[in-house]
Amino acid sequence: MPQGDHIDLSQKRYGYRLDHFERIRKKEAREVHKRSAYAQKALGIKGKQFAKKRYAEKALMKKTLLMHDESSTRRKVDDKVHDGAIPAYLLDRDETTRAKVLSNTIKQKRKEKAGKWEVPLPKVRPVAEDEMFRVVRTGKRKAKQWKRMVTKVTFVGPGFTRKPPKYERFIRPMGLRFTKAHVTHPELKCTFNLEIIGVKKNPNGSMYTSLGVVTKGTIIEVNVSELGLVTPAGKVVWGKYAQVTNNPENDGCINSVLLV
Amino acid sequence: MEVDTKIVMSSGKGVECLLTDSEGEPLGTKLYLPENTGPLQLQQTVNTLLKNEEKLPYAFYIADQELVEQIGSYLEKNKVSVEKVLKIVYQPQAIFRISPVNRCSATIAGHNEAVLSVVFSPDGRHLASGSGDTTVRLWDLNTQTPMFTCTGHKNWVLYLAWSPDCKHLVSGSKSGELITWDPLTGKPSGSPLTGHKKWITGISWEPAHLQAPCRRFVSSSKDGDARIWDVSSRKCVISLTGHTLAITCVKWGGDGMIYTGSQDCTIKVWETTQGKLIRELKGHGHWVNSLALSTEYTLRTGAFDHTRKQFSSAEEMKEAALDRYNKMKGNAPERLVSGSDDFTMFLWEPSVSKHPKTRLTGHQQLVNHVYFSPDGQWIASASFDKSVKLWNGNTGKFITSFRGHVGHVYQISWSADSRLLLSGSKDSTLKIWDIRTRKLKQDLPGHADEVFAVDWSPDGEKVASGGRDRVLKLWMN
Repeated sequence: MPQGDHIDLSQKRYGYRLDHFERIRKKEAREVHKRSAYAQKALGIKGKQFAKKRYAEKALMKKTLLMHDESSTRRKVDDKVHDGAIPAYLLDRDETTRAKVLSNTIKQKRKEKAGKWEVPLPKVRPVAEDEMFRVVRTGKRKAKQWKRMVTKVTFVGPGFTRKPPKYERFIRPMGLRFTKAHVTHPELKCTFNLEIIGVKKNPNGSMYTSLGVVTKGTIIEVNVSELGLVTPAGKVVWGKYAQVTNNPENDGCINSVLLV
Repeated sequence: MEVDTKIVMSSGKGVECLLTDSEGEPLGTKLYLPENTGPLQLQQTVNTLLKNEEKLPYAFYIADQELVEQIGSYLEKNKVSVEKVLKIVYQPQAIFRISPVNRCSATIAGHNEAVLSVVFSPDGRHLASGSGDTTVRLWDLNTQTPMFTCTGHKNWVLYLAWSPDCKHLVSGSKSGELITWDPLTGKPSGSPLTGHKKWITGISWEPAHLQAPCRRFVSSSKDGDARIWDVSSRKCVISLTGHTLAITCVKWGGDGMIYTGSQDCTIKVWETTQGKLIRELKGHGHWVNSLALSTEYTLRTGAFDHTRKQFSSAEEMKEAALDRYNKMKGNAPERLVSGSDDFTMFLWEPSVSKHPKTRLTGHQQLVNHVYFSPDGQWIASASFDKSVKLWNGNTGKFITSFRGHVGHVYQISWSADSRLLLSGSKDSTLKIWDIRTRKLKQDLPGHADEVFAVDWSPDGEKVASGGRDRVLKLWMN
């Protein structure tokens, strides 16, 4: 244990040794050689540790040098003309990219009439009936086989109540009911968690559409009022269609792309 | 006083009234008016008392409410005591009336980037627009076609300003240079004026009544400087430095002072012969976004009014401008209103005091644009909370709020008769508001994207708007 700062004290009292700075200079000059000798000598884990430490040191050094360089060199200003011009009063505000006026209403109505959309997933794997439904045996002897349970994700409206068991041919399990979907805006490249308004079309058949079954490729209607989309007439767009892109029954969530 | 006694004679019951102007200066003594006096009779009385040779229209306000019925029925409705002296404020109205625009007369494509600035010339005969495609375009208003495409800027053209005598057009760009254009040929009248290191945020010309052929203008920039330029010597005369952050707005006042609002939360008042700082107006808690002067519209239009008079010489023009300015200003000091990012506005009288007259609170988002009505009676403010609010121009009292836009309101513009207000918004529509009924007068959809710039021509016939959808739209009635 050191008992005091003897060297320090002595230096303060009597000054440095006459050759003090010369020694320091020499020590520093020898340092590189010493380090190189160690680098060549060190093997195994020691060598690896040393190399790693040295690498980090060098990276830091380079970074600092670069930073110093930057402050002294004259660079050309970025005077290119960019796209997306905005007026002076918006220049200093970093507005979040906002949802655009996406399509005109007439076009959308026409598409709706034809029941056809240009969708990101034009073809989907057909889902067979026995994959979609599981037969539920009922009756005292479990002999009746007219009841079905939907094995896929479904959407039911907010005011939904189940029918009495006698009349309920299709059971839509609570665990597979969804009210929200992740919707990606293809132009903004960002995703929102939006409420589902309804199932517009299930490509496997109109029966599934009316049951509200959501499988891959299904067109759902989502509530986009949060996005602040506006029609050319200045009205806020409320509902918009989106196509499901994943298999919700496997993933436990609905991912979809907004149809633009 | 003959008129009054006559009215009193004609009916029995009367109300004691005191007519005052908008500053509270009483007109004559107390009058004893019969209960069946309506605005029409009051108008006659005021015209007689003021000894107006030609009869002017007036509007009457009792406690900031416009009087539209007979005094008697007003008293009954609002349950005002008959014993008290009724204070009636009279406010002169424009003698001309501008009809609201209601249709889009032309959609002119031409720019191939967003239109950032649209300005009518003070005489209402020319229209210029600046765009993100680095050009300034001048449009032929009669045929509604492009007239000149002025190229020369290196970056987005952010701001345009006409000189009050319509001889020059100045444009400022994002790279900081200013170019003056000759509106008759569409050619630059010299090399670009350089000096600003960052983009231009505002340009304001010296008012026509201070100097007859317009020579000087002031420009503000993001780099925190404002510079006064001389068009004839093509030099920067004075550099106004002092703001620590970007200047967002600059106005050249009618008393020959320059007002600059900045992101460092202050407004500075400069004197223009040597560029000395006279006053510093502090109060805002965040950026100052926009400034407006009570005389701004008169300063912008200079000598030109609704009669479309032509001026043969500069002196004549100067005189006419001075006449208009004095008439508009009256004997009250010039008022300044500033809108800020702290969601409030301040009303100042910079020539009187460095403290604000009132603080105008009510907006729920930042105030992007403020504008005094041409007669100085109202202040309109556009905010990002999707509303346009109307305030009393003298006292700063809140009058009403115009709701209807579904996006940020970017810009507003007054019609020359102060009866209508135009607003352009991010929701791609323009809306016209009626000041008298305080309701939406006209909804003007048509743009396919955000509307960045709107302007109502000083002669009142046209409205021009431009936005991100790259077209310029002209609206008429």
